[in-house]
Amino acid sequence: MTALLSEPPKVAPATAVPRRPRNKRQLLDWIAVHSVALAMGVIFTVPLVFVFLTSVMSDRQALTSNMWPTEWHFENFALVFEKAPMLTYLGNSLLYSVVATAGMLLSSVPAAYALARFRFRGSNAAFMLLIAAMMLPPQVVAVPLYSMWASAGLTGTLWPLIVPYLLGDAFSIFLLRQFFLTIPEDYLDAARIDGCNEFQILYRVLLPMTRPGIAAASLFTFLYTWNDYFGPLLYVGERQDSWPLSIALASFRGMHRATQWNLTMAATTLVLIPVLVLFLFAQKSFVRGITFTGVKG
Amino acid sequence: MTTTLPTLAAEPATTRPALVKRRGGVRGRNRRWVILFLAPWAVGMAVFFVYPLLATVYFSFTNYNGLDTADFVGLRNFVYLFTGDPVVRTAAYNTLWLVVVLTVLRVAFGLGVASVLARVTTGNSLLRTLCYLPSLVPPVAATLTFVFVFNPGTGPVNSVLGWFGIDGPLWFNDPSLSKPALTLLTLWGSGEIMIIILAAILDVPKDLYEAAQLDGAGPVMQFRKITLPTIAPVLLFGVVNSVIFALQYFTQAIVAGSVASGSADMVGNSQIMGYPNNSTLTFPVWLYQQGFRAYHMGYASAMAVVLFIVSFAFTAILIRQLRAGDSEEARS
Repeated sequence: MTALLSEPPKVAPATAVPRRPRNKRQLLDWIAVHSVALAMGVIFTVPLVFVFLTSVMSDRQALTSNMWPTEWHFENFALVFEKAPMLTYLGNSLLYSVVATAGMLLSSVPAAYALARFRFRGSNAAFMLLIAAMMLPPQVVAVPLYSMWASAGLTGTLWPLIVPYLLGDAFSIFLLRQFFLTIPEDYLDAARIDGCNEFQILYRVLLPMTRPGIAAASLFTFLYTWNDYFGPLLYVGERQDSWPLSIALASFRGMHRATQWNLTMAATTLVLIPVLVLFLFAQKSFVRGITFTGVKG
Repeated sequence: MTTTLPTLAAEPATTRPALVKRRGGVRGRNRRWVILFLAPWAVGMAVFFVYPLLATVYFSFTNYNGLDTADFVGLRNFVYLFTGDPVVRTAAYNTLWLVVVLTVLRVAFGLGVASVLARVTTGNSLLRTLCYLPSLVPPVAATLTFVFVFNPGTGPVNSVLGWFGIDGPLWFNDPSLSKPALTLLTLWGSGEIMIIILAAILDVPKDLYEAAQLDGAGPVMQFRKITLPTIAPVLLFGVVNSVIFALQYFTQAIVAGSVASGSADMVGNSQIMGYPNNSTLTFPVWLYQQGFRAYHMGYASAMAVVLFIVSFAFTAILIRQLRAGDSEEARS
């Protein structure tokens, strides 16, 4: 289950057709399953192919319904930077995502350890509170939080979105807790007998054993903040120089009164690429993280 | 997992979790660690969860514009919400539509794709990656992708339909098709649920199928009697997750509406929310419009209270399931 995307499953489920179809019926079954799967793969991928193909079309061709570019205008990507201050937006996105992710790690790792490894009065209540916070629609608490940040004079900046991560992120704590629970208590007890305090146990014993969990929590926090649209719209929607890429991209077509799609698709491609690169480098952590959030039966 | 360590000194033998004193409560030395480790999060919860939740309830009984002090108006906001506001009914309907359709289709579609992927033997890592990848596309980029692919003028979907002589519909520009188009967008990006279900299917013990085969159960019977019951907890998680997801459906709706309208205005402008014809105006979008465009923050808080009650009802299901899972783990 650890490497669903990158490796074949170690134990094939019994309903799976055997590796080599032995008789005609199994062969037909194999062909059916694989054609359906191939069709699914194509359908899932093809929208992104269209985005890319359109992003390199000439202005003129982008007004037609041609699907294949007659000329390849790679300079469209550079044009996006001329049309809009993309570097500023990129900087804002990076500020939000990087600081939030770092802050999440500092604050959430110890909290997850405490919730995974200690039973104390109120630990059940704390866990339920964690789930409630994790599942809370962000719109529910928007009004008081906005007023609070407005009176602190910080609306118009991304700090109202970053600061909460410095004080523990519910989803990350939950995910890290699930990972911490997988380490047998014996290891920690051994360290205790060796005279480690809880801080040392956490950083010297537990963390090295749960690196995939740390990676998964970091990736999800980075992606969530990178993709966040509601938060930035709320706090910096009217302050264009504080926009992250999500807001900038959503406004791109309208602001440049572009009837043709090529530059909008080029901007879309530019926002997409970092995420896809991140995924290709960290596939395993992604998949492990996702399966750990699903409640295991 | 019970760890019976040789007891050192006069301390009582400990079972998991190791730091529990016999009658609950953490030993003095460890209490300090718990407090230290939990302190930042406790502050965060107080300031960013408990306080705003209580404040939302308070504001929901007031007339508040974000600047002047909030005037207490009793239940007036709720009365207006349930009997007066003509738009909120549309917004609630749209969100309810999404909750029902998205939840059913996301879980069913995830189960369908996962069942096929679980049987793939050749090229499975590539195929799984291709099916999962769209779920990583940032929501704004994904929405732009779909508004483009389905745009009635030059979009590839309608071009392909044209090859077959079909006059493609208006999709995001048609009030009766905008929500179905958003549904397609959501299904495209439902890779997470797919992966969770796939992991669960692959985890089903193989000998169960072998036993069933010996008893003469066909594939359909095996799926119904073995696969489904075994992965039921994961499906329940998928359902709760999808309901909460649909209840807070905001970004895709607001971006699709504004981009499809082709409006030159900045996204977030109230003129274009819900385009076309309020068909993409979800409950959270209307909450945002009321609270942060029209500055009816008291009324927006009343909407927030309703949203909270509904979403918390579903969260409670998840909490119960998680706690059941936890106690099972402790028992084994």
